[in-house]
Amino acid sequence: MSALLSLRDVWIEYGDKIVLERMTLDVEAGSFVSIVGPSGAGKSSLLRLVLGQETATRGSILLDGMPLTPECGPDRGVVFQRYSVFPHLSALRNTVFGLECAGAPLSARLFGTARRAAIAEATEMLNAVGLGDSLHLYPAQLSGGMLQRLAIAQALIKRPRILLLDEPFGALDPGIRADMHVLITRLWRDYSLTIIMVTHDIREAFMLGTRVLALDKRRHDPHAPHRFGATAIYDLPLRKEAGGATGEATITALECQQADKEGIGHG
Amino acid sequence: MRWVNRHVRRGNRLLLGALPILLLVLLYVILAAQRHAANPLDKILPLPGGMAEAMAALLFQPDQLTGQLVFWADTLASLQRLGLGLGIATLAALAVGLVLGVLPPMRATFGPLVTSIAVIPPIALLPILFIALGLGETAKVALIVIGITPVMVRDIAAHVAGLPREQIIKAQTLGASSWQIMIRVALPQAMPRLLHAMRLALGPAWVFLVSAEAIASDVGLGYRIFLVRRYLAMDVIIPYVAWIAALAVVMDLALTFLDRRLFPWAHGMGH
Repeated sequence: MSALLSLRDVWIEYGDKIVLERMTLDVEAGSFVSIVGPSGAGKSSLLRLVLGQETATRGSILLDGMPLTPECGPDRGVVFQRYSVFPHLSALRNTVFGLECAGAPLSARLFGTARRAAIAEATEMLNAVGLGDSLHLYPAQLSGGMLQRLAIAQALIKRPRILLLDEPFGALDPGIRADMHVLITRLWRDYSLTIIMVTHDIREAFMLGTRVLALDKRRHDPHAPHRFGATAIYDLPLRKEAGGATGEATITALECQQADKEGIGHG
Repeated sequence: MRWVNRHVRRGNRLLLGALPILLLVLLYVILAAQRHAANPLDKILPLPGGMAEAMAALLFQPDQLTGQLVFWADTLASLQRLGLGLGIATLAALAVGLVLGVLPPMRATFGPLVTSIAVIPPIALLPILFIALGLGETAKVALIVIGITPVMVRDIAAHVAGLPREQIIKAQTLGASSWQIMIRVALPQAMPRLLHAMRLALGPAWVFLVSAEAIASDVGLGYRIFLVRRYLAMDVIIPYVAWIAALAVVMDLALTFLDRRLFPWAHGMGH
């Protein structure tokens, strides 16, 4: 498979502080890359770089063989740990937003047939993430897990080339997190997504990813700790195939594990 | 039980809130009665009966010169000036605040200008306004606008600039342009704040209104108060001040009601 996203010798520096150094990475279409590492190892910087929120001081980044525009765009979707949804819009309007922006540059609102089509598409997407019963609720009325489901639906409706997840399940309690693992694995398989996920949870990284990337500093100068940046110290491919039998197996395993947990909870 | 844990029920809250107001009124009546016992012609602390008598003339008897009911003409003129000033200021604050809050280059260019205008005491500009715009309605409305707009602009701009960065990034990954972010993400979320800013601006708006009316006018609540001051007519001044307070309270309550009614999402609807 060809590389969907490739980083060539990328550095991120703030003044004389080096965050990432000599980062070279090829992400294949359909892969699920988990990024782990200690705090301050540049996990989020790497994600922001791919997102276009940050620019590399050196090196090049290619998406589909074209240089990446250093600005966020609809080809890269994102789900943050918090604040990913618009508090003033209902779940449905939050999801329709992406379609409205593309369809109506001036008013950012759709009318008539186009509006009905957009609402139908958004409803389908919300059903897919399990929010079919909460279409007209506002974010303030949704729980943490539901908010992340909404944020995912909102991102997926634009069919992004890459979906970036920045510790998406970090603030959720374990039961809900297990539900979300099942959901994201199913969506990854059903929509043939390419996902890059930053996480603190190593178990989660190995369970969900087809590839786990560990970031840390290779070298350390005790007198000037900021002068060496982090890079990928481990790059572990876990499964070759995206989706298919392995995807099914993962979901089954996740569901079993979740059932175990619930059993313990009730016992 | 600690005082921080003593919560007051709704009915009791109204009662408790009314208590100090009633006490103050009672205190006033006692003091006025004492003064009148010593001097039945006292003008400094008029009794409620005296105030009612003086106000009845303004409320129900047409003025000999203009043929208008003075109290109502004053109220109408003042509310019109206040409404115009507040309305223009609100629209300007919304437009400028959004632009400054959402677009960093605009903030860098015009932020310092807004800040410098905000620190000028508006009353110091009043002579300039009277010279430039004449003594008519325009100058009075302009004083209110100049007095409250900069503060409102800064409030809205700061609120919009403080929206979580994640939201703005997310909107961009959903394909939104700067304009679309402004009207679909920033504008709706600025609205509850705008109503809040209006509530806070009401106080200064009344100050500027009364000041402008006191200096050059022929009708208006502020004008009347400063006019009858010459005759020591406390029996008119006190009811007028109470009336201004009542109007301000009603406006404040109306804005609060609107806020809760129009933007329920901003007030934590709970799960």
